[in-house]
Amino acid sequence: MPEGRAEHYPGPIHQPPVKAGTVHDGQAVDALHAHHPKLQHHFDAMEQQAEASTLGMWVFLVTEIMFFGGLFMAYLVYRSASPAAFQEGSAHLSIGWGAFNTAVLIFSSLTMAMAVRSAQIGRPAKTQVGWLLATMALGATFLGVKVIEYSDKFRHHIVPGPFFDASQWEHPAGVEMFYSLYFCMTGLHALHMIVGIGIMTVIAIMAWRNQFDADYYTPVEVSGLYWHFVDIVWIFLFPLLYLIGRHYHG
Amino acid sequence: METLNYLNDGHGLASWLLTKDHKRIALLYLGSITAFFAIGGFFAMLVRLELLTPAGDLLASETYNKMFTMHGVVMVFFFLIPSIPATLGNFLIPIMIGAKDLAFPRINLLSWYIYMLGGIFTMVAALSGGVDTGWTFYTPYSTAAANSHVITAALGVFITGFSSILTGLNFIVTIHRMRAPGLTWFRLPLFVWAHYATSLIMILGTPVIAITVLMVAAERVLHLGIFDPALGGDPVLFQHLFWFYSHPAVYIMILPAMGVISEIVQAFSRKNIFGYSFIAFSSLAIAVIGFLVWGHHLFVAGQSVYAGMLFSILSFMVAIPSAIKVFNWTATMYKGSVWLQSPMLYAIGFVGLFTIGGLTGLFLAAMGLDIHVHDTYFVVAHFHYIMVGGAIMGYLGGLHYWWPKITGKMYPEPWAKLAAAIVFVGFNLTFFPQFVAGYLGMPRRYHAYPPEFQVWNVLSSAGASILAVGYVLPLIYLIHSLFYGARAATDPWGAKGLEWEIPSPPPTENFEITPIITHGTHQYEPSKEVGIA
Repeated sequence: MPEGRAEHYPGPIHQPPVKAGTVHDGQAVDALHAHHPKLQHHFDAMEQQAEASTLGMWVFLVTEIMFFGGLFMAYLVYRSASPAAFQEGSAHLSIGWGAFNTAVLIFSSLTMAMAVRSAQIGRPAKTQVGWLLATMALGATFLGVKVIEYSDKFRHHIVPGPFFDASQWEHPAGVEMFYSLYFCMTGLHALHMIVGIGIMTVIAIMAWRNQFDADYYTPVEVSGLYWHFVDIVWIFLFPLLYLIGRHYHG
Repeated sequence: METLNYLNDGHGLASWLLTKDHKRIALLYLGSITAFFAIGGFFAMLVRLELLTPAGDLLASETYNKMFTMHGVVMVFFFLIPSIPATLGNFLIPIMIGAKDLAFPRINLLSWYIYMLGGIFTMVAALSGGVDTGWTFYTPYSTAAANSHVITAALGVFITGFSSILTGLNFIVTIHRMRAPGLTWFRLPLFVWAHYATSLIMILGTPVIAITVLMVAAERVLHLGIFDPALGGDPVLFQHLFWFYSHPAVYIMILPAMGVISEIVQAFSRKNIFGYSFIAFSSLAIAVIGFLVWGHHLFVAGQSVYAGMLFSILSFMVAIPSAIKVFNWTATMYKGSVWLQSPMLYAIGFVGLFTIGGLTGLFLAAMGLDIHVHDTYFVVAHFHYIMVGGAIMGYLGGLHYWWPKITGKMYPEPWAKLAAAIVFVGFNLTFFPQFVAGYLGMPRRYHAYPPEFQVWNVLSSAGASILAVGYVLPLIYLIHSLFYGARAATDPWGAKGLEWEIPSPPPTENFEITPIITHGTHQYEPSKEVGIA
């Protein structure tokens, strides 16, 4: 509250019901965590603020699960309706690139975790930014591979829509459905990766300006939660899209 | 000399449009949802005018389709869903839990801007030619056949969904993390419980409609075949995904109203709620079971009969927590000192109309009967009893009840009582005849109908004009009260709860120092006489 405003208040109006057992020790709480510069006005303590932010991110990730869930539902329905076509479509995806990208993302989760940890234990800004840049570079690598894979699909006319070449497939309708879902699911995932890299950029700038310390590293932590979530989505997408029926052929 | 409060703490347009104060954001929402209510009401008026006569003489059938579609889209997504949570919930939840603001004030403001952006998209769709798919956007009509502005309208719905998600997220985190010390879960006002349950539905359901609408847009733009049978897609999958959100969305509309009613019934019966924990848990039960009943919209869509039986049983089950609430409100009034002020009139109206809406919902949950009345005016009457008779009555009741707190001004009570009576009469005259017409077989969504249904439609249209008067009246006297109303006391109703212990209107920070709570927030003593301020 800005200085000088208090005089406008008509006295101690916000007292809780003054009844037996009603006490107030707000000052004690304040004194314990005396005005960290990053404490927003509506929180009583840094812990409360950090807990609110992390819970907020967890709740947001729940909404993300439901968001992707609609696509996974569609996948489930259509794969069970035409398993052979899904297998046929999947066979054209490169397991090599898929596995490489899986490794890249798992490794990026490690660098992300290191970024959170280095902010938490107050490592120098250079170290924090280093881990964040490594995470962003790995994310960019993933997207680069995705570009290679997508352009391969365009070259071979297996992008659903008017340019889809049905002649090369045994089950063209089902394969087109498979690739509709492939592009929707990996496209939405790639969009999340791009957003993630954008967030990392902001966090890296904040880290470079020495904004994080042991009492305040929540932005790094919640961005990490988001990054790990996007990784986990890929961990599901990889087997569901790339590995259908592969065990038959060894 | 006026004391400093959230209304005079900062002047000018920027202080409102860039505010992070939950109370000011609530008022931004109040203004915008009122505008959308008027727009949705305008479309409804054209629909009712067309239906005065059996012939389709006022509107061409395509225009009529667009009118009922825009009525549904605007009312559902831009009025009913944000109505109570984004205004009253936004305003009251932090105060009721002894907090200075919601957990994420900036996200709260962002959600209003997202809501307005979605609204602009929808209005652009309406003005550039409209949408005729019905508010349900059923495929393949919406993806292949309709050549109206489906994508613009669908994007409007998609965008505004994120405003709903962010509001729900903010409420959940706030209720978990911002409660004043000592305010345990079972000391929370039932209004907060109701909003907690609502928020669960918002965060779990809304993302599914978002991705579904996105798939429809992708199908239209990129010619994918996700819902197109010609390309191996299944239009019924769309219906499943759509109703997975849109049935629980009905509970997004009604649960906050139930929270409002729980507060009003206590305040105006001077009695603590009968069965507090039953009401609290029934809100959660409605939220949970409400997610498992969507298939009752697909009884005639080729769904397996066993799935139908399961959905039918679950739909009957969701009536149980709703009935618990009705019984408990009634039991709260029983032997209370009932004070028939206008909020209480709305509350009692709510209990009656919601009961009719709920019981006719059971007719529709019965598979055999549903086949007879499916897609008739019986369905239209049923859900208007829940949404208009329930949600809007609760909204108006709550708006009156907390108006002195929000604005610091008293509204004219005689006019408010008159308006409540007009709304009740107009509502029943509008929608009860639709039960009859529907049961006799009049289908919904046609601009012309056989002459034998005319009497019911004339009654309904007459009722709608009375209802319109009932809605315009509060708009006039509430705005009038802003300028000429008597100054409201801190607790004009003699009601209990944290919001009635801080000044009207509240200061920006709500509580200068965080209160410590040692007992439940409602402590009514029925023997004590409380006068009007």
